Amino acid sequence: MPWARPTLIWTALAAAVAVPIAAAAASPLIAWRDPVYIAAGFAGIAAMALMLVQPLLAGGTLPGLPAVRGRYFHRWTGAVLVAAVSIHVAGLWITSPPDVIDALLFRSPTPFSAWGVIAMGALFLAALLAALRRKLHLRPRMWRFARTSVVMVAAAGSVVHALLIEGTMETVSKAVLCVLVLAATVKVAADLRVWAIRPRRGTEGTGVVLSENRSVKRPAHRCA
Amino acid sequence: MTRDLITRRRLLATGGTVLASGLFVPSLSLPASARGLAPTPSMRGGSNNYRPGAPIVNRIGAGGFWMSGTVRRAGDGAPLSHQRIQIWAHTTEGHERDPQSHGATLTDENGVFRLEMPQIVPAFGQPHGHLAYDSGDFKTVFLRPVMASSKDTSLEAHFVLQPV
Repeated sequence: MPWARPTLIWTALAAAVAVPIAAAAASPLIAWRDPVYIAAGFAGIAAMALMLVQPLLAGGTLPGLPAVRGRYFHRWTGAVLVAAVSIHVAGLWITSPPDVIDALLFRSPTPFSAWGVIAMGALFLAALLAALRRKLHLRPRMWRFARTSVVMVAAAGSVVHALLIEGTMETVSKAVLCVLVLAATVKVAADLRVWAIRPRRGTEGTGVVLSENRSVKRPAHRCA
Repeated sequence: MTRDLITRRRLLATGGTVLASGLFVPSLSLPASARGLAPTPSMRGGSNNYRPGAPIVNRIGAGGFWMSGTVRRAGDGAPLSHQRIQIWAHTTEGHERDPQSHGATLTDENGVFRLEMPQIVPAFGQPHGHLAYDSGDFKTVFLRPVMASSKDTSLEAHFVLQPV
């Protein structure tokens, strides 16, 4: 059954994304929030879900989306992710400006605010590294090392941020999504051997590494 | 005799001083304990969405939740009566910014205040309330207590105010 594995993976991913969103949509807190605040919350949840999709696209892990195609979607999904985080912060700002200003200045009484701001900074830095890839003139390995590092900070920061919040997200589905985000990020970074001291020898690698090797060199420069 | 650290004279003198200051002369010991009652510092984020001059009300909205606490004077800890405490929160009836979410009450002769308000619900990640003292006789204090559980139907906050 060649279709079984792809179907399973895509179903699992769809569930990991849809269940937390559906559970949050059922939160009683929504009744006591105005539309801007609700939108801000869901933008944050969507961003968390995209944090799971992003490494899977970058690593070419998803069936039917090997690294070359995966990277193409990775860029667009990344843009959507940056937009989602921006909507999240903007919506919260409209809802309660002093709380967001406190958070951005790291003087908020709630620790998750600082983690959220750190994660946002790391995410924007990751986006900037991608956008300025050619202008930066970094060696590919160095670029990947830097980018994976900031992405790790973004993932870890987002997870701590989300877990500490008592909000619309349902506790179990939130925890599962958080674990999946960390697992996917670490797994893809490990598969791509980002931390390897020696450069990869492409011909000996697994399918992931092989296809990834082709994708980094060519499409990246073509698109940039 | 230099090795004899506890002489009878020293024992009597020291012991007598301790007894006199601690037991027989309360006026000497009271200020010491009073100095221990430090003024309450404002909490981070306490003043967020503050609206000066919230009206004194019997109840905010339909009620169902109780915000209570005490107001005392720094130093001697004397209860302060007729002090205006302003209260606001994100509740089932409105956001923190909404005027109808704000109200004020006065402390009684025991320095106790108690105001009924709508149920506080989690907002910005925590179920919390805001309280302010800013009537001018004492230094302004903003508090932001967090509920142990969002299912709680009451919350306390205590003020120790420093005269200006």
